[in-house]
Amino acid sequence: MRANASVPLIRLSGVTISYDRAPVLSDVTIDVTERSFTGVVGPSGAGKTTLLRAMLGTVKPASGRVTRTGDLAVSYVPQLETVNWNFPVTVAECVLMGRTTGRTLPWASRAEKAEVHGILDRLGIAELASRHIRELSGGQQQRMFLARALVRRPHLVLLDEPTSGVDVSTRHEVLHLLADLHADGIGIVLTTHDLNGMAAHLPHLICINQRIVAAGTPAEVITSTVLEKTFGARLEVLQHLGMPVVVDDHVLIPRSALVTDGRHDLEAIPPNGRAAAAGTVRVAS
Amino acid sequence: MIDSLLHPLGFAFFQKGLLVAGLSGALLGLIGVYITLRGMSYIGHGLSHAIFGGFAASQLISAAHYVWGAGIWGIGSALAITSVTRRRRIGADAAIGVITTASFALGVALLSHFGSRGPSFDSALFGSILGISTGQIAGLVAVCALTAVFVFLRHRALLFATFDPDVADVSGVPVARTDAALMVILSLGILATLTVIGVTLVAAMLVIPAVVARMLTHSFARMLWLSTVLGAACGLVGMYASYYAEVPSGTMIVLTGAALFVTALAVTGGRGLRRTAELRA
Repeated sequence: MRANASVPLIRLSGVTISYDRAPVLSDVTIDVTERSFTGVVGPSGAGKTTLLRAMLGTVKPASGRVTRTGDLAVSYVPQLETVNWNFPVTVAECVLMGRTTGRTLPWASRAEKAEVHGILDRLGIAELASRHIRELSGGQQQRMFLARALVRRPHLVLLDEPTSGVDVSTRHEVLHLLADLHADGIGIVLTTHDLNGMAAHLPHLICINQRIVAAGTPAEVITSTVLEKTFGARLEVLQHLGMPVVVDDHVLIPRSALVTDGRHDLEAIPPNGRAAAAGTVRVAS
Repeated sequence: MIDSLLHPLGFAFFQKGLLVAGLSGALLGLIGVYITLRGMSYIGHGLSHAIFGGFAASQLISAAHYVWGAGIWGIGSALAITSVTRRRRIGADAAIGVITTASFALGVALLSHFGSRGPSFDSALFGSILGISTGQIAGLVAVCALTAVFVFLRHRALLFATFDPDVADVSGVPVARTDAALMVILSLGILATLTVIGVTLVAAMLVIPAVVARMLTHSFARMLWLSTVLGAACGLVGMYASYYAEVPSGTMIVLTGAALFVTALAVTGGRGLRRTAELRA
């Protein structure tokens, strides 16, 4: 952890980003610190990934400024869908990619092997080190990329849709893992369109739809007014076990399609197996 | 059998040919791993045609130094393709289609009009070992050494930039520089093997050993040496086949590669094919 953890690692000041003159993000101001454990929430096309890219410095703002501390080590975890899972690499080889800079020799040193094993062990996938990456489940693939991010010893990890395309229990696992990393002093910023999953795990949310609609705790941000501005649809918010739960007024799913673990909110499993934008839905009688 | 193998070795031209074919196959097999995994097979195909244009144009200026002209032309074409592709204004296939086919057409026009002062038209297109000079062999050895050193020293960056260029870029890997260096190596590799394999067949030797290696292994490191060895084997076997069948060396080297592919397919079946499913053109 750094000496002053409240000093911004990355500061976006009035940032506007356009692709082919069409604005994707407008006038965005955000501070990211080592204490950040933030979810960026918004619909598809809201500019979530672009916001991460602005933080990473891979897109240049049309106006505004992005400033980073000089010695910042930031790791990026991509969406699972963007990866060529047929690529011929093992889990250990993939994790070692995080150590590309700094050593010229192609093979891993003894210290690197020990570090990779230690991180994989911590993430609970050490026994999968020699497996091909395609042989992993969605949750294990996410852990592998987290391991690759951690092997760089980052101050900050940015994750693009880490809960997309994984089942409910994996989603909880991934978010618990991120909470552990945050407790160790690593800043976490992730994007998602999964409102209810984030409300239960993240202390800070930013709702965006090309511009920042609202930022604050889940209780402050998850309101019908904010969500309507963010998603462009009327969403009802209920309180369940002290947490805001979002109900999509427009979706009716038969009770037989719902599952529950008895303690948490009901979750819908759509036909395509992916989590719905607003996880909890009304039950058709 | 042994006599059949030893008999051609009595000829100096065959000894040279065997050395050059083996080195060419190994070189293209090694580079081909990156080319196929990056979905750049079409670039290899296009670049060999672009270099043919440079070969034809530069030999009109200096028959003795046409290799330099063709090399500069090839590297220029490769960097132009990389630049256009990175900007993503038009697709890579369109950029390759325009730049390389125009260059190839120019080469054919120049050779048709002015004739060849260097290697013959046919040997440039289909490969021939008869006209290989000591200087060309030295050039091929130098390119092989340069490629081996490049792959050894830049292995980590090449692997990361090939697997996940976006994340590699934000992780401090100089992806643009690595890509450009790979394209220069590819151009030099095609140029050095042009007279052995031939313009029209170089692309096949960039693809076949790498695809067969992918069918046989899940490990990147193993794929690298396997593809290199298979490429060299295709070169050596193809040379013997070329000698006995009395057809151009490049043709027999590629046919040997094709036979290897069919054999690997028969051995691995659907499992091998599935592994290559995401190797894009």
